Amino acid sequence: MSEELIRLTNLTMTFEDGVTVLDGINLDIKNKEFLTLLGPSGCGKTTTLRIIGGFLSPTSGDVFFNGKRINDVPAYQRKINTVFQRYALFPHLDVYDNIAFGLRIAKLPEREIDERVTEMLEIVSLRGFENRKITSLSGGQQQRVAIARALVNRPQVLLLDEPLGALDLRLRKDMQNELKNIQQRMGITFIYVTHDQEEALTMSDTIVVMDKGKIQQIGRPEDIYNEPQNAFVADFIGESNILDGVMLDDYVVRFFGRKFQCVDKGFEKNEPVDVVIRPEDIDIVPPEQGHLIGTVTSVTFKGVHYDTIVDFKGFKWLIQTTDYCPVDSTIGIRLNPEDIHIMHKSEYSGLYGDYSSYSAEYDEIADCSEDDANEE
Amino acid sequence: MKNKLLACPYIVWMVLFTIIPLGIVFYYAFTDSGTGAFTLANMASMGSYLPIFLRSIWLSLFSALICLLIGYPVAYFIAQCKPSTQRLLELLIMLPMCMSFLLRTLAWVSMLEDTGIINTFLRHLGLAPLPLIRTNGAVILGMVYNYLPYMILPLYSVIMKIDNRLLEAARDLGCTPVNTFTKVILPLSAPGILSGLTMVFVPAVSTFYISQKLGSTGTTLIGDVIESQFKTAYNPNLGAAMSLVLMILIFICVSIMNRFGESEEETEVIAKV
Repeated sequence: MSEELIRLTNLTMTFEDGVTVLDGINLDIKNKEFLTLLGPSGCGKTTTLRIIGGFLSPTSGDVFFNGKRINDVPAYQRKINTVFQRYALFPHLDVYDNIAFGLRIAKLPEREIDERVTEMLEIVSLRGFENRKITSLSGGQQQRVAIARALVNRPQVLLLDEPLGALDLRLRKDMQNELKNIQQRMGITFIYVTHDQEEALTMSDTIVVMDKGKIQQIGRPEDIYNEPQNAFVADFIGESNILDGVMLDDYVVRFFGRKFQCVDKGFEKNEPVDVVIRPEDIDIVPPEQGHLIGTVTSVTFKGVHYDTIVDFKGFKWLIQTTDYCPVDSTIGIRLNPEDIHIMHKSEYSGLYGDYSSYSAEYDEIADCSEDDANEE
Repeated sequence: MKNKLLACPYIVWMVLFTIIPLGIVFYYAFTDSGTGAFTLANMASMGSYLPIFLRSIWLSLFSALICLLIGYPVAYFIAQCKPSTQRLLELLIMLPMCMSFLLRTLAWVSMLEDTGIINTFLRHLGLAPLPLIRTNGAVILGMVYNYLPYMILPLYSVIMKIDNRLLEAARDLGCTPVNTFTKVILPLSAPGILSGLTMVFVPAVSTFYISQKLGSTGTTLIGDVIESQFKTAYNPNLGAAMSLVLMILIFICVSIMNRFGESEEETEVIAKV
């Protein structure tokens, strides 16, 4: 598990039009791990994947595979296979011939090809579909053919480029479990690209959060969620209230004019910081017992909980609670030290974590701007 | 209802200028030129023209194949160019089609004839003149030159539509560039190959002007014979019978070609998606 398989060093990628999509990527990928590149569109995750696959050469930097530099090894010689976005199955071949394609290119004896294709059809539950045309398959079935076509070659690494993006929610959940099972059963390294944070948290051993061509954080799903390194990660993975604060001392932070106990240390004295509070960690209490007192401005029922927006001195927080608090009621909140997570200031500070523009309130904001216009 | 009305002008046109004339051809083919009585004599005499039919078919098939060999690399190359270059090259390919067919063929005559440009040049170099004109080669050259654009354009449009991700998938699965071509690009461009072959073969097999100008009596094509029935031999009934047989032969050839491509027909649709 700890053996290193792929290493990316100082990868940069600048396209002909001068746009830099990768800016100094350093990444170690271990053998047999499920690693996810996660980020919004345009963050460079697919470019990174395509460089590993051999479809793009980086502007600078190196790709190592088993310790050997493979920058100049063409895609067809790499022991890496890809499940493409929207599958890219061959329309002139049936299911069987699509899956057998790589083995036929490798000129394996027809008997072995048959055994391995049949085995793969079993794994992706497509027995009986051998002679079906690709166009007659549903999205989920095409997806399975694409996975089988890649895995039948027994690659050391499987690259998956948003493979579940075109499927509906239910099918996506099923395929997530199935993919994770296949990965564990076959002991293959998966490098998975997605913009869906939930998918990443569910499936991955390691998540690499990317934005603007840079790696923002690398870690286990729990670490990424509980200990985000900056406002971008905190906002992209789950919901976060992100506040300006000042670190007074180890374990003491001040925000909203109040000192709070926290569990973070190692910051400069009086260093300005970003304070992250997850909406599900906040306890609602009667106003007189609260650390902070605010007014509820909107409540949305979400099934498991209520999304409650609360106005604290003009800054709006999202609180996820099972207690219903009516709009305009005054409530107090308590924060335990372990609910407060402190981050260094970054280029993302101040961009995220304020719920003033939370969906339910768009109307109100629109009204405000109208009023402004009228005043002038 | 509206849609059906829109088709009316074309239906009228087709009845007037396709169905009725076809009936007339049919009528002439089975009647005697003198008496106008029903006869199978015209059809019975087809046997003696068999060599000419066969020559027409093989010369035009051969031309279609040469067009394919020349046209495929060209179409493939154009499809790889930037869009602006593509438009320019497309225009250059279509440009000769804007010139009169007769003029293009006559131009080849002045190039190839015994006192033509090529042989004059050779003579200046002190070399013996070559027998260029009045050969099968000259007729094939004329056909290839005139019909090449009809091969390139359908090929180009099919190759353009091949999804680049399929080529990446092929590389991913271990295909060398050569493998990618033979296993993916070529099968996916089969519909273009078929329509290109048809578009060259059909007009070439019934042509008459090219063989008259570039060929000899030994390279007479069925088109020439049909023309002469109407213009010099004054036997339109025999000419109609020949036209009919030629039409049937073309149908047979085209349907054989399509039989080869039946399984690929659907891929064209997918390639568009």
